[in-house]
Amino acid sequence: MKIQQLSVFLENKPGQMAAVFDILGKSSVNIITMSTADTEQFGILRIITPEWEKAKTVLEKGQFVVNLTPVIAIQVPHKPGGLSSILALFQNQGINIEYMYAFPCAHTTEAVLIARFEDPCNVADVINATSDFKILSEADVFKEKKSCEIQS
Amino acid sequence: MTAALDQIALFHPTSSPDYLPVDQLRQLQLQRLQQIVQHSYDNVPLFRKRMDERSLTPTDIHTLEDMKLLPFTVKTDLRDEYPLGLLAVPMKDVVRLHASSGTTGKPIVVAYNQDDLTTWAEVMTRTFAACGMHAGDVVQNAYGYGLFTGGLGVHYGIESLGATVVPISGGNTTRQVMLMKDFGTTVICCTPSYFLRIIDKANEMGLDLKDFPIRAGIFGAEPWTDSMRKRIEQLTDIKAYDIYGLSEIIGPGVGCQCSAQEGLHIFEDHFYPEIIDPETCQPLPDGTEGELVLTTLSKQAMPMLRYRTRDITTIYNEQCSCGRTIRRIERIGRRSDDMFIIRGVNVFPSQIETALLNVEGTLPHYQIILTKHNDLDQIEVQVEVTAEHFSDTIGSLERLRKKLSAAIAEIIGIRVNLRLVEPHTLQRSEGKAKRVIDNRNEANT
Repeated sequence: MKIQQLSVFLENKPGQMAAVFDILGKSSVNIITMSTADTEQFGILRIITPEWEKAKTVLEKGQFVVNLTPVIAIQVPHKPGGLSSILALFQNQGINIEYMYAFPCAHTTEAVLIARFEDPCNVADVINATSDFKILSEADVFKEKKSCEIQS
Repeated sequence: MTAALDQIALFHPTSSPDYLPVDQLRQLQLQRLQQIVQHSYDNVPLFRKRMDERSLTPTDIHTLEDMKLLPFTVKTDLRDEYPLGLLAVPMKDVVRLHASSGTTGKPIVVAYNQDDLTTWAEVMTRTFAACGMHAGDVVQNAYGYGLFTGGLGVHYGIESLGATVVPISGGNTTRQVMLMKDFGTTVICCTPSYFLRIIDKANEMGLDLKDFPIRAGIFGAEPWTDSMRKRIEQLTDIKAYDIYGLSEIIGPGVGCQCSAQEGLHIFEDHFYPEIIDPETCQPLPDGTEGELVLTTLSKQAMPMLRYRTRDITTIYNEQCSCGRTIRRIERIGRRSDDMFIIRGVNVFPSQIETALLNVEGTLPHYQIILTKHNDLDQIEVQVEVTAEHFSDTIGSLERLRKKLSAAIAEIIGIRVNLRLVEPHTLQRSEGKAKRVIDNRNEANT
């Protein structure tokens, strides 16, 4: 139940981010969600998109270094304490999160948490076995987004 | 004397000079040395003057050991005698001139008569034979054609071998890849850094050189490392051979690796190698590292007596497993002219390259930037990130950065600022790699 995340290496200088989204925009790639991590010298841009194959091809053609990273998308209640409940589960199970980011679906009571683990398969198994949290497939995530768009 | 080359003879252990019994080789060398010293003394005023100053006459050379009595020749001698003061034959006998690009002062000019060109083609044929090439090979020659000796030197060697030459010269990398594919190139000749550029370009074009018929590369004209060789071989499934040469001696064709790839054989029946201590100028025994000094034993138009190459290497006199009896030198990893001094420490770019390559998965696209900050030398090494060692976490990139920087510090003994940069941001060369950018003087003004 892993989904593909695009990771892009960027030097920390003006215009680098714009260049990426210029390429993606011109190639009609729609972004579901994204996040950035930065250091003084460089950063990593992480993107979730249904068109990750196309996005990877056009970015590589634009001479960016791009990696595909398997991440897990988990449905969490979009209410106070929603995130805390899943994090408590990870804590109890001794699972370490490399990084995470989330997006809410407007007009629904759900949000989607995107998280990266060292061993995603094992984490998925643990979540399924010990909780009611739903791990979303690629289709789920992209449908989720669509339903958000329709309602908004 | 301008006999056509007998390729068959050059290939066979029974007749190629590469396999001469050592005593016969030494005898031939001595005989040629005596002739060339006499020829130089008679025809080159500078050599005559220097020998006279030492009360030395050509007849004082009785053994190869006596070579050490001869004066050295250095690069500035060629500049000072610009253009043709070192010519040892009448100008009417000169059939070719080559020259260095002359980025510092006047260019260096070298001249060849017909016999010299025959010798040159012969040593290039022996180079190609040692690298396993033969008639039927399609050889793409991406060394620059023109005044630079690389292009034409390699060109006539390929023709003399009976292989097909594709005289594409350097540059136009897209076309290099296209012709390599369309002509079914089996061997490429260029600088190793340019070949890395070609690999890159092929990848950009969605092509993999592993799918091409190419099986060997003849790389030279700049220092590179054995780890870079292995890297090239791994990326492309070809054999990467190191060749050695310099215009002052003849051009490419002074020495080359053989199938054993353990050092480079010097064609010492034409170019006599010595190793000296660069400080004291005293000869050092085989097996000791020092500066390579070469004497041309047969070149007529512009002979060189004890030319100081500034290349640091070691001579091996143990016989090679390939059976050749001519001696080998270690791959040239260091040249005194690309050395830089940082905070009083001598550093060679090749040392940094070795460090980068020792850390797994790093392609050697890198650049060294020297600056001054508060009167203190700063060194930054920029390394391009490639897809294979890029990971999605900051932690792993930081670990890579630290690993690279620690590997460099361990070899050169100085901490460097290591910066990971995006691919294709460092200056690419169509010829020799520009590894060091020294901005220290600029910063001070």
